[in-house]
Amino acid sequence: MTAVPVSWYLLLAGVLFAIGTAGALTRRNGIAIFLSIELMLNAGNLALVAYSRLWDDHTGQLVVFFVMAVAAAEAAVGLALFIAIYRQRRTIDINRINLMRW
Amino acid sequence: MSALDLLWLIPLLPFAGAAVNGLAARAPQRAVTLVGVGFPLATLALALACLVEYAAVWPRAVENVLYRWTAGEAAIDVAFLLDPLSAVMLFVVTFVGFWIHVYSVGYMGREAGYRRYFAYLNLFLGAMLLLVLGNNFLVLFVGWEGVGLCSYLLIGFYYDQPFPPYAGMKAFIVNRIGDFAFLVGLFALLARFGTLRFGELFPRIAAAGEAATAPYALGLSFAGFVALCLFVGAMGKSAQIPLYVWLPDAMAGPTPVSALIHAATMVTAGVYVVARANVLYQLAPGVSLFVAAIGAATALLAATIGLAQTDIKKVLAYSTVSQLGYMFLALGVGAYTAAIFHLMTHAFFKALLFLGSGSVIHAMGGEQDMRRMGGLKRHLPVTYWTFVVGALAIAGVPGFAGFFSKDEILHAAAAEGQWLLWVVGLLTALLTAFYMFRAVHLTFHGEFRGSEEQAHHLHESPPVMTVPLVVLAVGAVVSGFVGLPALFTGGRDWNLFHRFLHPVVAELPGGSHEAHELGAPVEWALVLVAVAAALGGIFYARRVYGLGRGLEGGRVWAARSPFLHHLLVDKYRVDEAYDRVIVRPLHRLARILWKGVDALVIDGAVNLGAAATELTGDLVRFTTTGNVRNYALYFFLGVLALFWWVLL
Repeated sequence: MTAVPVSWYLLLAGVLFAIGTAGALTRRNGIAIFLSIELMLNAGNLALVAYSRLWDDHTGQLVVFFVMAVAAAEAAVGLALFIAIYRQRRTIDINRINLMRW
Repeated sequence: MSALDLLWLIPLLPFAGAAVNGLAARAPQRAVTLVGVGFPLATLALALACLVEYAAVWPRAVENVLYRWTAGEAAIDVAFLLDPLSAVMLFVVTFVGFWIHVYSVGYMGREAGYRRYFAYLNLFLGAMLLLVLGNNFLVLFVGWEGVGLCSYLLIGFYYDQPFPPYAGMKAFIVNRIGDFAFLVGLFALLARFGTLRFGELFPRIAAAGEAATAPYALGLSFAGFVALCLFVGAMGKSAQIPLYVWLPDAMAGPTPVSALIHAATMVTAGVYVVARANVLYQLAPGVSLFVAAIGAATALLAATIGLAQTDIKKVLAYSTVSQLGYMFLALGVGAYTAAIFHLMTHAFFKALLFLGSGSVIHAMGGEQDMRRMGGLKRHLPVTYWTFVVGALAIAGVPGFAGFFSKDEILHAAAAEGQWLLWVVGLLTALLTAFYMFRAVHLTFHGEFRGSEEQAHHLHESPPVMTVPLVVLAVGAVVSGFVGLPALFTGGRDWNLFHRFLHPVVAELPGGSHEAHELGAPVEWALVLVAVAAALGGIFYARRVYGLGRGLEGGRVWAARSPFLHHLLVDKYRVDEAYDRVIVRPLHRLARILWKGVDALVIDGAVNLGAAATELTGDLVRFTTTGNVRNYALYFFLGVLALFWWVLL
């Protein structure tokens, strides 16, 4: 059995990260931005796991668990924020949530 | 346990009184009195007990270490010393101090700041005792500054009026000038001899020989330099030319304060310091002569100003300056004992005169102008008679204390061959007798010149004020008899004061001091001339102001030489000259520093920083759009830049 070369994983991670970044920067819907950020985080996770395998070092997998936990917490807080904002303003279009300015 | 072991407690007792009265807000007046007078009484009792015990161990010096206070390499103790010199000072300060506290109960009884007054007065007593009992120059200096602080606080006691706080500041600042030189002298001593303890320092200086007399600074020997520095300090504290200007203004304080601080005790601290450091002055004849010259000039100048003052306290203030000049004259000609003797007798009769004037002011409802007084003899008999005793004592009438001490000073000047100083001293004695009896005539004799209302309220002061007067009057008579000159006792040594102080002011072996033996006939002649001067002054004052003439006599006198009269009334315009030459240029310099350096440079630098920050903020605040996606973009670009920087 031939192992999948690590560069493939990294390439996939890079593509996922680029898609996520593009989504996070361009989408106006808050939920969509969240999804994009999840994509970026998981691209990172993928890279970490790949390197962990390459160097036979479990630290990378450990860090992934951390990232997942933080991502879950972040999603919980973020969604709660959006719900609160929606209740106030009936929208989660972030172009219209720009009160905090000069 | 003997009282001498409790020597350290003497300065602490008044401090305790000050602390209690200072902290006990809203204490009833009776409790304030009890604390304010009780602690000085305890101090006096302990001091007397110590002095009685000390008489047995005389001429040994007793030292008592409270605790070790090490400053750098030189070990300096907070320690107290009882030797003949500090014993005399201890007696004067505690005795006169206590009776003035008693007097204050009556004088200040109806003042709003009664508690504050007693707290300050006790604080003063403690600081003064620290000054006279310290066994080294540093403890002395702490006391020296302490009494200066209390002087400031008490001159400005009536802080709701415009002038007293100003007078207090003036006193403090003028003293500060002297203190600067004083400190320089102490540093020089510490640097050269490594100790400030009197018991070690002075023997070392006396034995130093070449090290003390070789040229050091300002063209003076080491001893001369330090002696000059200490004397400049004494000029400030003891109101000598050119630093005497604060003392007349210090009369803005309550009258008992003038009696205690600005006549009897604090202002004599300079005399005490010079007498204490007599070893230095013996090694520096040039500086000694300077001291004598300044003293004589001050004595004469202040006496002439005293001739024309109309404020009864101002007369006494200039008289104090003049008498202090007398003491420095004595110190300068090497008559340290005579100076301390005059210090003691002066403390009695000048405190008496001030308290007497306080009694008059009390009766007159705060009036201090002698032009509105007159004829008070009938209404204030006790005050009158005690005041006359004080005036006779200061004039130097035989039998009263001032006669003996003044005569000893004049004799010392003559014996040194300083006939010019002798003439100045004699002239001052004449003027002193004249202006004191001018005050007596204007205040107590003739017709009453005040308002109807004042005439109705004229009354003798209560016993709490008259008893101290009587006590001090007795002191003003008998205190002279401890220093009977050998001339009067047929050459036998009855001069207890001389013998008592001798261990402290002993002449250095091989000193340059050469007293001329004048011989009994010359000495008798000198005494008679001095007595004639005193009596002449008294009788001339009677001719001008007495015999019902009152103010008229003064007017005739002034009309003869209007220019001179105005010059004296204006106190030679010394304050104005200082204002022109020193105060205003300093104000101008301060203004330049304020407007130029502080406002322009320092504030400018700070404001420039603030303006730059504001400008930057104005430029970059437009990046804060409030739009999260913009922030995310900045973030992304930042990450890219970071990658660029790290990886490439």
